[in-house]
Amino acid sequence: MTPREIAVLLLAAGGVFFAVVAVVGLVRLPDLYTRAHSTSKSETLGAVLALGAVALSVDLGLSTIKAVLLLVFMFITNPTAAHAITRAAAEQGIEPWTTDEEEP
Amino acid sequence: MTLIETILFGAAAAFVVTSLVGVYRVVQGPTMPDRVIAINVIGSNVVIVIAVLGAAIGEPGALDIALVYALLNFLLSIAVSKFSVERGGVL
Repeated sequence: MTPREIAVLLLAAGGVFFAVVAVVGLVRLPDLYTRAHSTSKSETLGAVLALGAVALSVDLGLSTIKAVLLLVFMFITNPTAAHAITRAAAEQGIEPWTTDEEEP
Repeated sequence: MTLIETILFGAAAAFVVTSLVGVYRVVQGPTMPDRVIAINVIGSNVVIVIAVLGAAIGEPGALDIALVYALLNFLLSIAVSKFSVERGGVL
């Protein structure tokens, strides 16, 4: 294996791992804010790692620049979108989940 | 098929599987912002899948499609969050 193949393998495996973490949080966590917390961070890191693998595996040149631009764009906009959605939800009056509601 | 192509196809398959699991929250989600967050995650996964598959089959034009899809995904989240509150005071 060349160093480039090892780097692509590590980046792709890391991206898949963090995407799985994000989706597990999305399915298992109890309320909107915790789900947004899980998905915004883990999904952003997974996207950055996977697009880093793409940037390494395409031919050097314009495609690399496009992949890095896509990486930077996802890195900026993904948390911004999650922040906007949760802030809109807070203004709609959705209450955060607390442990007090579980007890009778 | 070289090793890098194999790795990229495997990663794309894994991202597709995580997107399909995320559909559970779109169907089930009790409130509307839950569904919007799940759709946002699925859209990010689709962007990654397009870029990874484009790199795997040696088609650099797919990166442009992924860039446009990422823009539309961000626009959807901002638009929904802006028009679902009274005076649109998000961000």
